[in-house]
Amino acid sequence: MTDGSVTDTNSPATTAPVIQEPGRRRLGRRRRERLVRAAGYAVFVLVVVGVAAAADWQRLADSFFRVDVARAMFPGAVTTALRNTIVYTLLAFAFGLVLGLVLALMRLSTIAPYRWFATAYIELFRGLPRLLVLFMVGYGIPQAFPDREIPGGVYGAVTLGLGATAAAYMAETIRAGIQAVPKGQTEAARSLGMSHGRAMVSIVLPQAFRIVIPPLTNEFVGLTKDTSLAYVLGVTASTIELTKFAGDALNSQVNPTPLVVAGLLYLAITLPLSQLVRWLERRAARER
Amino acid sequence: MKHREVSALSAIEISGLRKSFGALEVLRGIDLSVDSGEVVCVIGPSGSGKSTLLRCVNLLEVPTGGTIRVGGVEVTDPDCDIDGVRRRIGMVFQQFNLFGHLRVRENLTISQRRVLRRSRAEAQRIAAANLERVGLADKADAYPAQLSGGQQQRVAIARALAMDPQLMLFDEPTSALDPELVGEVLAVMRGLAADGMTMLVVTHEMAFAREVASRVVFMDGGVIVESGEPAQVFGAPRERRTAEFLHRVLEPTRVSESEIGAQPRAQHDG
Repeated sequence: MTDGSVTDTNSPATTAPVIQEPGRRRLGRRRRERLVRAAGYAVFVLVVVGVAAAADWQRLADSFFRVDVARAMFPGAVTTALRNTIVYTLLAFAFGLVLGLVLALMRLSTIAPYRWFATAYIELFRGLPRLLVLFMVGYGIPQAFPDREIPGGVYGAVTLGLGATAAAYMAETIRAGIQAVPKGQTEAARSLGMSHGRAMVSIVLPQAFRIVIPPLTNEFVGLTKDTSLAYVLGVTASTIELTKFAGDALNSQVNPTPLVVAGLLYLAITLPLSQLVRWLERRAARER
Repeated sequence: MKHREVSALSAIEISGLRKSFGALEVLRGIDLSVDSGEVVCVIGPSGSGKSTLLRCVNLLEVPTGGTIRVGGVEVTDPDCDIDGVRRRIGMVFQQFNLFGHLRVRENLTISQRRVLRRSRAEAQRIAAANLERVGLADKADAYPAQLSGGQQQRVAIARALAMDPQLMLFDEPTSALDPELVGEVLAVMRGLAADGMTMLVVTHEMAFAREVASRVVFMDGGVIVESGEPAQVFGAPRERRTAEFLHRVLEPTRVSESEIGAQPRAQHDG
């Protein structure tokens, strides 16, 4: 680059050729952008048409969309399998939420052993696969305590097994939420004579939960999918959930259509929830 | 000026107050007493410890040494029921600190209900009366975020008043406000002073201090440099540090470069 002070005669007449210089690329900027866009669409259409032409539609339909196979799954797919999936999710979420809240408060406690315990718990359960925890709850604990039973049978075991891990994640989320509430809120509450606990319950936690509702809803979506691990506990006809139900149907019908049905039923739960999260996040962003 | 006669009982008695944050000693031996009905304004440069002094009075900061008595109760006594003492001390913050998840009315009723165990009807009646007092009776159903800064601070004052405090602490109540909103908050505070409320006010509003204060305290470097009637402190300060501070605050455009240790520009340019 030449220094501006050297060519001090920067009159419009001398700069005009410089402006025209990009014109040597034949295409203007706008035309080039339009061409690139068109090429993008063209590739997309080509791929779609190519796949559609190559696919054996009849065979696909016979494999994944057999109406008679799908029909045979109902009403059990909804009244038992979907219902159990929802029940497992709700139980594990409720257990995880309560335990997670307790752990979050312990992590913020002024009593050091509480902090140590909460930290150890969170690190442990975040570091273990959920499947391993379920095995531990389903087979490890019963063997160690043979004369005791986990209340609620499979329901109790799933609640404990999935909830224990969920609690670790939720504890960290809730802790972050509590810490995101400005310190002045606690100070104002305490200066009005509220005790530490009262200020936490009436002032800090309501605002913290508002902050963490979107991440907690994501945790709920994750739990919904993780209930598919319940099969390792040996579910029966009455405690069966969606994935095992679909797997059994796959075996008995020798056709993968049940997998598609189960997938659609999962999406019926998770898609509205993801939409809800997006809406909540937009609303939270607006309020700020 | 109903209750301006000097009461025998001090509202606040502070003696030998010290406060350190780690190695930093913010308060280095403060002695101060505030009588009932007095309005004491604390002025001084930032970092002088004036906010810390205020926050020690209701134990938002725990003193490192010394004693504080509020209404005869020693709050620095480890066995003191601090929640009980705080109930009788209203505090107003620089950042308002209204409860964002609650409507204005609930901001005023929640501690009346939960701390003083007042009935819902009584709490609402007292809330309405105090909102009226700060001129915001029509904002009871609003959320704090829907109010201007000046309105939020007036709600914060009403919230403190709803607890029937014997004493009000103000921690730079107008410092976070846009200039055009300062007046409405000061007007409410002036009204409170006229009604005889005991007030300890940390402020940068010199005109307010001069007009409303019964006593002005100038702090610098963690000690009280001088205190006296506003006319004396502002008109004829005894200490050089007071005079310098007032000069910087009252005539900021006439502070010379040599006063802030700035070197003439020519020496820096090579």
